[in-house]
Amino acid sequence: MTAVWRDVAPDGGLREPCSYELELDPAQLRDLYRLMALGRRVDRQAINLTRQGALGVYASSLGQEAAQVGATVALEQDDWLFPTYRDTVGVFARGVDIVEILALFQGSWHCGFDPLRCRVAPLTTPLATHAPHATGLAMAARLRHDPIVALTFLGDGAASEGDSHEAMNMAAVFQAPVVFVVQNNHYAISVPIDLQMHASSIALRAAGYGMPGVLVDGNDVLSVYGATRAAIDRARAGGGPTLIEAVTYRIEPHTTADDDTRYRSAVEIDAWRARDPLERFLALLRESDMVDDAFLATVDAEGETIAARMRDALFGAPDGDPREMFDHVYAAKTSQLQAQQTALDRELSATEETE
Amino acid sequence: MTVTMAAALNTALRDAMRDDDTVVVYGEDVGRLGGVFRITDGLQQEWGTERCFDTPVAESGIVGTAIGMALYGLRPVVEMQFDGFAYPALDQVISHVAKYRNRTRGTVGLPMVIRIPYGGGIGAVEHHSESPETYYAHTAGLTVVSPGTPGDAYALLRSAIAFPDPVVFLEPKRRYWLKEDVELPVDGEPIGRALVRRTGTTATLIAYGPMVSTAMEAADTATQDGWELEVIDVRTLSPLDSDTLATSVTKTGRAIVVHEGPRFAGYGAEIAATLTERVFGHLAAPVLRVTGFDVPYPPAKIERHYLPTADRILDAVAHALEY
Repeated sequence: MTAVWRDVAPDGGLREPCSYELELDPAQLRDLYRLMALGRRVDRQAINLTRQGALGVYASSLGQEAAQVGATVALEQDDWLFPTYRDTVGVFARGVDIVEILALFQGSWHCGFDPLRCRVAPLTTPLATHAPHATGLAMAARLRHDPIVALTFLGDGAASEGDSHEAMNMAAVFQAPVVFVVQNNHYAISVPIDLQMHASSIALRAAGYGMPGVLVDGNDVLSVYGATRAAIDRARAGGGPTLIEAVTYRIEPHTTADDDTRYRSAVEIDAWRARDPLERFLALLRESDMVDDAFLATVDAEGETIAARMRDALFGAPDGDPREMFDHVYAAKTSQLQAQQTALDRELSATEETE
Repeated sequence: MTVTMAAALNTALRDAMRDDDTVVVYGEDVGRLGGVFRITDGLQQEWGTERCFDTPVAESGIVGTAIGMALYGLRPVVEMQFDGFAYPALDQVISHVAKYRNRTRGTVGLPMVIRIPYGGGIGAVEHHSESPETYYAHTAGLTVVSPGTPGDAYALLRSAIAFPDPVVFLEPKRRYWLKEDVELPVDGEPIGRALVRRTGTTATLIAYGPMVSTAMEAADTATQDGWELEVIDVRTLSPLDSDTLATSVTKTGRAIVVHEGPRFAGYGAEIAATLTERVFGHLAAPVLRVTGFDVPYPPAKIERHYLPTADRILDAVAHALEY
């Protein structure tokens, strides 16, 4: 199996596409497909749960499964992932419980999983603000001489933010073991990529930072995996950061609250559906006789089991205890917060008695 | 031993780095130069470039990377070179530093310190004399401290570095050269406790950071008029130790809050409101404010007319006594 990507030359141009042989056995290849397929299933379930009111809003990963799964699977157990709000499938592929991931969209808590246990930072909504966190964690790992790599996802919109620049520049200056994976899905809500930047590629910026840059087909899971794996290996070996631009497409609207008919055509979306990352990879696996119908049925069944669990956990879930909003502001509750919690408690108790 | 506040802060950083190898100090010019105010002087020579290092000029990046470091288990102490240059990092401070423990339901605290030299009075150019304390104090999840004396600067900085939550450490830069006879290391009162710097019965002066010295000067002068002024050093702007304030004002019946920052929606407004809520029945006069004006910080040649002085404080005391 081969991966293909284009490296950025130190002078800022793109090299010709180059092929690399991947050392993935059939079981690993099947698992890549499985994670993408399960990711697509949980994504669809999340959209449905939003329409049914169990989630407040959801930002779909549909069409970006290869970019997210290919990148996160390249991480080792002790490495760290810094995701955005659109990386549900990537975080799921990392092994985080899907119901815990969706707490953000459910509105039960801002982050539903334990970042330290999962080695995944909270899904972050202020664009690019988590990128310096990844750089900082990587700097810390380097200071402690630990072989840990941080990977942060960004979008094409986030790449316009100042924090993207500061995170990448500092990562290069300190040769921090961090990999920046920009999923260029062509839209920042309604604003297309050509209004986001004047250059032909985000990856080209790598030359300006003095770090390796890679342009990869974000709908080709093997190429994303290969490029990310190479960047992670280099970072772990002391070779510093890499900027990867994975070119992909957001098939769904920005979120369930968005109306994308106002800014793009169905023709455009259909053209990208034809490059569907799952179908492409499945065709490749079928050609190589690596999957059969029994395997696909197993994956489908697993997806249905997870989807059923999502429905069970999220439909009619309790709101949570409002008194908890005071509990985690500081390590030790201040007297002011204690007083406000007591006041709310009195209010709630009075309401409960009335009911 | 006579020490300046700058030397006390430097010693606090040095001692913290010695006692805890997870403490790292970084920012703009803090390494080879030792900081533009020399607060980090000698730290890189003593601890090497891994523990004390210079960064690109990128305040959001500095604070943002500190979050990642704290996430990894280090205790970063970062310097914002000037108050007015800390604003690019406000997004990181408000969106992440303040919220991380809460958004992760208590699982991830961020033990980190953001040091910011603040305030005017040093004849600086524009953007170098800001008093941004209310931006930070208004933000839930932050602990905001500001020392008024060299000894307390040492104690508060050591406490801030050992603190389990992020601390915004506001250093009154015009008092960097303030001297005090104090033996370091000194154990101070913990974060969250205000201190009565001088006892009195006529009225209570409430100040912090650069205005503690000014309030003490006013209290010294006031004795000529037969006034015994109590002076409280707030020390911790958030969370506020309103018990100490309330106890004092219950006794004196009069309170004057002093700060450099503008008056409107300033820190004094919070103190006035808190005292009014807590000890209204003991107040013989409204809580008065002696503050900067509601203008952008003025140019150096006229800043002395902006900054609160002992005379203005005494005028306010006289006014409070008219009720």
